[in-house]
Amino acid sequence: MSAAPASDGPIQAQPIAPLVANAAPLVLLVGNPNVGKTTLFNALTGQRARVGNYPGVTVDRRSGTLETSSTHEQRTPLLATVVDVPGAYSLCGRSTDEQIAINAVLGFGGNPQPNLVCVVMEAGQLSRNAYLLLQLCELQVPLLMIVNMIDEVDDQRPNLETLSTLFGVPVVATNARAGEGIDPLRDAIFAALKHPQIPKLHIDYPALTQADADRIVADLPAAWRTSIERDRALARWALSSIDTDDELEAIPIDLRRAVLTLQQETKNQDGAAEHPRDWDREIITARYGWIDRHFPSIYKSQAPSVSRVERLTDRIDRVLLHPVYGFAIFVAVMTLLFQALFTWAQPAISVTEDSVAFLQSLATDLLPAGVLRDALVEGVLGGVGNVVVFLPQILLLFVFIGLLEDSGYMARVAYLMDRVLRSVGLHGRAFVPMLSGFACAIPAIMATRTMERRRDRLLTMLVVPLMSCSARLPVYSLIIVTLFPASRLLGFIPLQGLLMIAMYLFSTTMSLVAASVLGRTAVKGRRVPLILELPRYRRPKVRGVLRMAAERALSFLREAGTMILACTMILWVLLSFPKAPQATSVPSAPVASASIQTPQAAPAAKTPIEYSLGGRFGKAIEPALKPLGFDWKIGIGLVGAFAAREVFVSTLGLVYGLDDSKNDDRSLREKIQADVRADGSPRYTPLMGLSLMLFFALACQCMSTLAVVRRETRSWRWPLFMFAYMGTLAYAVSFTVFQVGQLVGF
Amino acid sequence: MLTWNEFENHYQLRYKLCMTLDQAPLAQPVVVQEVGGERAFRRRIMELGLIPGTVARVLRVAPLGDPIEIESRGSNLSIRRKEANNILVAPKSAQTRTAR
Repeated sequence: MSAAPASDGPIQAQPIAPLVANAAPLVLLVGNPNVGKTTLFNALTGQRARVGNYPGVTVDRRSGTLETSSTHEQRTPLLATVVDVPGAYSLCGRSTDEQIAINAVLGFGGNPQPNLVCVVMEAGQLSRNAYLLLQLCELQVPLLMIVNMIDEVDDQRPNLETLSTLFGVPVVATNARAGEGIDPLRDAIFAALKHPQIPKLHIDYPALTQADADRIVADLPAAWRTSIERDRALARWALSSIDTDDELEAIPIDLRRAVLTLQQETKNQDGAAEHPRDWDREIITARYGWIDRHFPSIYKSQAPSVSRVERLTDRIDRVLLHPVYGFAIFVAVMTLLFQALFTWAQPAISVTEDSVAFLQSLATDLLPAGVLRDALVEGVLGGVGNVVVFLPQILLLFVFIGLLEDSGYMARVAYLMDRVLRSVGLHGRAFVPMLSGFACAIPAIMATRTMERRRDRLLTMLVVPLMSCSARLPVYSLIIVTLFPASRLLGFIPLQGLLMIAMYLFSTTMSLVAASVLGRTAVKGRRVPLILELPRYRRPKVRGVLRMAAERALSFLREAGTMILACTMILWVLLSFPKAPQATSVPSAPVASASIQTPQAAPAAKTPIEYSLGGRFGKAIEPALKPLGFDWKIGIGLVGAFAAREVFVSTLGLVYGLDDSKNDDRSLREKIQADVRADGSPRYTPLMGLSLMLFFALACQCMSTLAVVRRETRSWRWPLFMFAYMGTLAYAVSFTVFQVGQLVGF
Repeated sequence: MLTWNEFENHYQLRYKLCMTLDQAPLAQPVVVQEVGGERAFRRRIMELGLIPGTVARVLRVAPLGDPIEIESRGSNLSIRRKEANNILVAPKSAQTRTAR
């Protein structure tokens, strides 16, 4: 490792160049989930976190810069790069997600080689946390132990010196939430970087296990091999992780073959034996055997005591997981979350919309009229508006999720809802994203990050857009109010309200059905049995939560925002060019009112939008839309709605030749109701309205959703798949409803 | 060869007192005897400390009847009944091999 990171010498093209060029040494924070790793990361790195990606997987890699504390004797501050590795209970695993930790620790799979690995442990759960620690010790990486949340074990404090001698690595106690022990930790990290300490301990594995591991060692790729102890540890990792059906990546073929052969041999030998051998059990019990033998020595009193936090957690859980009160509180919390997204975000959304509108009118007034002005006002500013309008909901949702996660309640949500969601193949943690989908799919899709497994994330992402988001509401209400009578069923149930509720129930049902079907077909990877840790309740750290929410919002702006902006501009071009032959053909108010009186005259006056490419496209697809009951006007509306679903309403207004000042719901409703065929029958019937609503409920009419899915999956494959499956579903359902409805005689 | 005591212990655990974790009485400490089931589950639950000889307690059952919450080695884990059905346990009193 480079001890003097501040000075990078002239040797840049040498083989060691990567180390020199990237002068700051690399420090990893590794640990079980819920041990306060992220809080510790924030405390160590201050406000400077960079969010990147692990090679090959769509998991955030948060890194930041650590500086020596001001009290340090060195005059120029030393720097180190700290990376927050996703929480893991073990280095073994069968999926790519579980491979991240071992790849990061060993510098495999395109990851940079770390100079120091800091193991973060929860003071109250040392024995369970020690399992991961033992694996790291066996791999002989330079280690530093961090015993976090030390404040929670007043009554049974571990002896840190004993712990340090036991493993042969330095130990630092911290309370990251309160910022205690951070400066000593900083010094310890730089001291450990200067004099890295490789842990020394010996675990007795059964002779047969050891022999098996030794056989595998011979098949490890040469690049992996160093010392015999580490080779054996890698062989044990291979024995535990590689299987006939694992999803691990970049496992050398020789190694895989060797493990599978050995597995088969062992199975054949043991076929007749009373107790067949089991590598997992042999290896894991040997490690826990070591822990159970040595850990009592680090505590003064042997009597196991229940800590304050544990008692408190138990007391809270008695209420929050209670069959009656627990559910009531759960419903209340989720209602609050929903209310926040649906209602509280509204003022902020209005403010952003108004400011964009203000900027647009300002630009209209200041700039000379022309194509350039229109491009700036409607394309660029409109696009920016399309992006920033999501920010209030994204921020709000992530603040909520942060609070739920940090307090420990999110795991309880999964616990309470698992029974319901697993019946359709979703993870219990999918509940919050699904619920948020009623407000907007964009933050909801971003919220799928709370799930660890790629399969769970992907499946949730694919079905969230089927939940009826708030952008569909104006479309539903336009159709319902315009085309359905305000009558009452059985004399007291308002038909219009009933229809609205029915649309929400329909969309929820469809998304659950879709999850169940897609989970068995399109989304690969089998379901994994649930093992959910219910962490201790803790007061959330507000600053950390806000910081996380801001990071998410920024990454949305940077990555999805640019694409939404580009799409808005393309869509603007499509709906504005080519221009109408002469500007006078823009219908003015008298023409519009005249067309109400003489509807037959309406087709004669062509609105500008009909001349545009998008308008022509909308007309061209009319034959395809006819079986659903839609005409070309709806077709153009659907094209416009791609920018955002609620734009359907204003696009339809443009089609009817309403200019902006007149483009409100009422005049549009009158127009639609007045639109009749040549024989005098209304052009739009309730059946058609139903077909259109179902189409809107199901089709992926939202480029922002596609942009966010593309950003979250880092490929075009899934957004395209989503567009295709939702479009097909929408077409099929609308087709069936309209055709059957006509046959039945509606 | 087993001694008589070992045999009796083994026999009792195997055929008389053993039950699966999903049937264990609430809040009663039990000792894990065998962990079965799909490999990914078995390995992960053992890595979380639920190995033969470990004491565990079923703390509560989720309001909808599944999953269940268990406590072991000071941490609280939640698993489904289907998987708990693969974990064989014995009442703590009937057992000599124990660990915290």
